[in-house]
Order: sequence, then C-alpha cells, then structure tokens
Amino acid sequence: MPGMTPLEASRSPDARVAVREFVAQAGRDAAFQLEACVHCGQCADACHFHLTSGDPRHTPVYKLRPMLKAYQRDAAPFSGLRKLLGFAPAELTAAELHAWSELLYDSCNMCGRCTLACPMGIDIASLVRRAREAMAAGGFAPPDLYKAAERALDTGSPIGVRWPALRRQIELQQEETGLPVPVDAEGAEYMVVLSSIEIMGYPEVIGALARIFRHAGATWTLPSAGFEATNVGVQIGSREIAAELVSRIVAAAERLKVKCVVSPECGHAYSALRWEGPNLLGRRYGFEVVQVDELLERFVREGRLRLRGKDARRLTFHDPCQLVRRGGLGEAPHRLAAAVSANLVDMPGGGAASFCCGGGGGVSAIHRAEGLRFAAFACKKAQIEATGAEALVTACANCRNVLEEAIEHEGMTLPVLGLTELVAQYLDNDGR
Amino acid sequence: MTAVELLQFARGPALWASLAVLVAGSLWRIVGILRLGSKPDLSEPRSSRLLAGAMRGIFARMVPRAEFRLRRKLGFWNGYLYHVGLAVIVFGYLPHVFFIERLLGVRWPALPEPVVFFFVALTFVSLFIALMERLADPVRRLLSGFDDYFSWAVVFAPLATGMIAIHQSYAPGVPPAAPLDPWPLALHLLSVELLFVWLPFGKLAHAFLVFASRGVTGAALARKGAAL
Repeated sequence: MPGMTPLEASRSPDARVAVREFVAQAGRDAAFQLEACVHCGQCADACHFHLTSGDPRHTPVYKLRPMLKAYQRDAAPFSGLRKLLGFAPAELTAAELHAWSELLYDSCNMCGRCTLACPMGIDIASLVRRAREAMAAGGFAPPDLYKAAERALDTGSPIGVRWPALRRQIELQQEETGLPVPVDAEGAEYMVVLSSIEIMGYPEVIGALARIFRHAGATWTLPSAGFEATNVGVQIGSREIAAELVSRIVAAAERLKVKCVVSPECGHAYSALRWEGPNLLGRRYGFEVVQVDELLERFVREGRLRLRGKDARRLTFHDPCQLVRRGGLGEAPHRLAAAVSANLVDMPGGGAASFCCGGGGGVSAIHRAEGLRFAAFACKKAQIEATGAEALVTACANCRNVLEEAIEHEGMTLPVLGLTELVAQYLDNDGR
Repeated sequence: MTAVELLQFARGPALWASLAVLVAGSLWRIVGILRLGSKPDLSEPRSSRLLAGAMRGIFARMVPRAEFRLRRKLGFWNGYLYHVGLAVIVFGYLPHVFFIERLLGVRWPALPEPVVFFFVALTFVSLFIALMERLADPVRRLLSGFDDYFSWAVVFAPLATGMIAIHQSYAPGVPPAAPLDPWPLALHLLSVELLFVWLPFGKLAHAFLVFASRGVTGAALARKGAAL
C-alpha cells in the first residue's frame, strides 16, 4: 500500500509491495550482479551459517532468490519475452517470503565474506541489504527488528536508552576518572556518538574517551540529543527509518558545529553513518566521519597519543566485518591493538576474510535466530582457539557482546576487551 | 533436405542468423541493464581511483584469495580446466583458426593437433565432472535450474559433434567443398550456432557479464577502501 511505513506494513504483510521494492532495488549495478551468477556455489563455502549447518538453503546467493525472481519476472531484459513464452518465474507469494525471512535475516550477518569469495565478483552482502528493503517494506522482516525499529524511532535507541540513562553513566564516569565529559559543547573538534550496548554494557568507554581526548589535547563533546549511533534501519532494511536515525546525528553535529563526528566501536553504525548516511539523506555532510579506532590510530601515528607499556597477555584481535572487511579501515584497528599489546597473535585466516562473530546485521537482535547464531560461532571459535589467546580484543561493542554470550554458551573462559578502553590504559601521561 | 544442403544451410544462413542473434541479444541484454540506471554515491570516497578498482576487481577475482582456495575440492579446480580447455580448442585448433579468419579476417598460428586433442579429452572429462558435481552436490543442485543444464548441454554439444567431425575425408583436390560425409560437420556447425543463439539469453552470458559484475563491485569496494 503506497505511503505505508515498514512498521505499518509489518501488521499486514503484502507480497506485492515486496515485489515492487525488489524491482526498485534492482538498479543497474545490482542487476549486473544478479545476472552474473553462474550457480557455482562457492559462496556457500565462505558462509559460517552454511559451514556449520550444512543446509544448502544457507548458501548466500540462494538467499537472494526472491529478489532474483521478482527482477527476472518484471524488470530484466527479455522479461516480456519470458512471460510470453511461459518461462517467467512464478509470482512471489506471501508464504514464500515468510519462509525467506529466516534466510535473509536470521542466517545472514551481511558480513560480506561471501562477497570476497564470489568468482563473479557479486557483492552478495550489498544485495542482501537491498533485498531486506523489500522484505521490510512488504512486512516480512522479523518481528523483533520491527519492535527494535519502533523503539529506536520513539526513544532514540533500539533498546530504549534515553538521555537520562546516558547522563547517569556520564556522571559515574566523571566520578571514576575525575575528568569532565563535555556535553553539547558547541564548536568542539569532535562529536562522539555511542551505541546503546556501550552505554549500558560497557560505559567505561566514556571514561576512556575522556582520558584519551584530554591526552591528545583535542576538544570533544557528546550530544544530549542524537547520541545514539546504531541504526536498526540499515539492519531491517528500511531507508526511511535509517534516514530518520542518521538525520538525528547529523542535526546534532550541525547544531554543535563540530568538524568531525566520531563513530563508536560499532560496525554497522559506522557503515550507516559513514557510507549510507549521505545517500539516505540525499546530501553530502559538512563534517568528516571517522571511526573511533581509526582516529586513535591516527593520533598515535601523529604523536598526539603517546603510549607507555603494553598488555602482556596473549591477545588476539577479532576483526569486525563492517569495519575491517567492508568499511575500509583495513589494518588500522589491528595496528592500534598491536601498539598496546606485547603478545598479539594473529588468528589463522584473520584480517579481511576473518569470520563474523555471528551477531552482525541485526541477527543478535532476533531472538528466534539465537540457535543459528550460537551454532555459527563454531567457525569463530576454531579461529580463536587456534591462537591459544588468553583474551580477545575487538573494535565493535556488538561483536563484543555477541562474543561474550557465545563464549559463555560454549563454556569457555575468555575475556573480551574493547580496544578504546585498552588504549586508554596505556597512555603515557608523564608531562601531560 | 540432403546432408549437403544441410551443411550449406549451416555454413550460410544459419551461421549469419545465429551470429546476428548473438550480437543483438547480447547488446539487448547489456543495454537493458544499463537502462535501469543508478544513483550517484554522495558519501565521501576514501579513494577516487574507481577505474583502477574496477580493473583490479576484474583481474583479482581470476584467482581466489588464499582463504578460499578449496584445494581439496575437485569442482573448484575443474572450473579452470574446462574454461582453459575450451579456449585452447576454440582458438588453437587449425580448422577453428580458419573459421575465425573467414569471419573476422584475423588469424594466428594454430596449436599442434596432439595438444588440441589432449585438451579435447581433458575438457570432455571436465565437463562431465562439472555436470556430475552439479547433480551430486546439494548446494549446486539447489541453485540449478533449466538454464544450468541446458547451458551445459549447449556447451557440450559442439565438443561432442566436433569430435565426430575430426579428420573428415574430402574428395581429392576439392576442399573446402563438403566432406565426403557432410553430416558430422553440419551437425557440429549447427550445434555451435545453437550455442551462439542461446548465449545472450542464459547463464552463458557470464562470458561478458562477468566483467561488468566484477568491475562494479571492484569500483564500489575501492571507493570505500574495503577488501576486494
């Protein structure tokens, strides 16, 4: 139904709406990729969900089947001829799309490992992102994500964290560190946004940032409105919701006239703000967007952060997919981790092609996907165990949370550390 | 229709008609996709060397990243075998070199027959392995449909008919007239023409779509500075 929001659509799923959106999402670049698949199945061997379940339906490119069918039926070259000859794919049904909800959401982190493996160069992860637009618009996304989206729109946070909760955490961190945490400071160089998981689960990151910015001699601020960096809109696949959530951060940055917005340790938040944001809003930003660990690594290189001592434990680094593989941060977080770790061990197959934690792309918010997520962790677990690490470091609070849950579920004992907090522990404050 | 008439048809109208379908169909498919259009990316690029990214995407994916080299999987290496084998047969066998010269006016030295025949055998086996794997592997079986099996048959048919057409006898002093038994060559040509006709419409179009797909992804990932 025209004009319906995805939240309204969820109450009355409609396959026709999904079909229209599948077709709308199949623009030139997506179409070239949809058309190029030779059904070699190599993407299956790259996907941790398929590797652990053995279910052929978990083959990444198979998850795109409804989008491909809608495109081939209504938009592809020769679609008219196909219909005329009776070779067009059958119309998509609501039952089919309900069944595909598990494939496009529960068993896909949009981690992009399949993209790296595809010999035809098909960016399967970005096509899943597009397919989710249709699923969400048609009302076929998981109910948990619709609820998270509703909370994010109402309260500003997918888990309902409002400003008073953040203010309390800021006060506690100010007491802990004895340092001020600027709020709504106009004209600051850097405006930091946070994820709800950090605010409620790892609030020490706020104190760590206060110590780091003071050490670097940089001015910074947190906004009292528009502080939430996560974006459930890009996870569920709704550009309307995603645009609304991004616009709150952009409004805060413009209100406070900052030069740079610092995206927190959260993979998809960076992707939403850095890469999707300007396209969602239809305009370029007047400020830079930088991921926090990218900024800290820059500070270290420029000599603005001087470090003393290193963590002596045997550590290994988990590469967040949306930062290291998909976001363009490359080796920067790893270099930063190496700067504060005396014994950093690389995971076998780590780096750009490393396995996902299993919770990215909104999967950690889908309760019904928990079994699949814990099973898929086996790939990551094998990588971790091969290092013999005593602790894991990462640059994404969602990865951290998901890894902690999976580690506990597996009965393992392995602390998971946040990189920003680790860096803050080794600042050389002599003379500063 | 006699065998000689069939061969004349295959060498004449059928060849030109199939080539016309090949060219027109391929253009139609490419233009049809291009017409879908795209929006400009407004995010600040990490790299503006998009053409270099596209070229890197095209060439880098010819060899998988080390993490994805499935050394113990026959199907993985088999893909290289029949692609290389077909290329050697199409571009290295002397009668094919003559055929291409008649069509395009360019020629190159042919490979020795024993080399080509070795690749014929290799490709023959390799294509069968590809088919067996598609039928036996649950992932590929699930992904496969009419296009996959028909395309396989359309590629295999010229190989099979070509093997029958090898070393035809001609009446002394009259080549390039029809061979003494025109059937094998006529069937071989018609099978090639079927391939020409089918190529733009099915998955065999990956012969040209692969460059667009890899290029688009290569450019997009280079823009972000992301892994390729």
